[in-house]
Amino acid sequence: MKVKILFFAALREQLGTSAEEIELPAGVGTVAALRHHLMQRGGAYEKAFGGRTLIRNALNQDMVQPTARIKAGDEIAFFPPVTGG
Amino acid sequence: MRVSVQREDFDSGRELRQLAGDGKVGAIASFVGLVRDVPMTLEHYAGMTEREIAKIVEEASTRWQVMDATVIHRYGELQPADQIVLVAVASAHRGDAFAACEFIMDYLKTRAPFWKKEQRGESPAWVEAKASDDAAAERWAPGASEPGAKKAG
Repeated sequence: MKVKILFFAALREQLGTSAEEIELPAGVGTVAALRHHLMQRGGAYEKAFGGRTLIRNALNQDMVQPTARIKAGDEIAFFPPVTGG
Repeated sequence: MRVSVQREDFDSGRELRQLAGDGKVGAIASFVGLVRDVPMTLEHYAGMTEREIAKIVEEASTRWQVMDATVIHRYGELQPADQIVLVAVASAHRGDAFAACEFIMDYLKTRAPFWKKEQRGESPAWVEAKASDDAAAERWAPGASEPGAKKAG
């Protein structure tokens, strides 16, 4: 299934990309599994998703826990804790 | 309710006058956040930001009497003393207006997807989220002693 992934702020800079569409392998059905999938790319992804840095998740523009299930066409965003206001 | 995420500056006086309504509003509480010390760039998650802010205002409306509210948050490049954010709440009485305004601001800081990058000297740096901001938002959680109890206006 195909999903859209977005990265923001420090994470976007670290990975050198703000958005991509990817075809998920079978078995990647949750946000947590997607994080693991991205981590396995190695390099900056492994550093970002495998380290201790806090990364928040949003699914279709709602904050979610990593256990949230994803389906084809979803928009999943990853970003550092927010600092607005 | 008016929620706007914009590059442009805003006129607080005009926004407050628009909240005055037709004679039922007795109190408008407002907060304006400014850029302090150094220039900064604000990034946001277009679409989600507006939705999150609207959800926070709706949550405030279930806890206090909120007759109307305006939240404006800027993004892009900002200079010291520039306005960043306006939260204004109209109610019949000041207690509800003060409490809802503070609640919206506290939640906005921990939930609305904005990120600040400060220009300190030659090296720009992303601002780290503060534990004190989380603590400020958690004061309003169920079971916590509520900072803004209802008062007569």
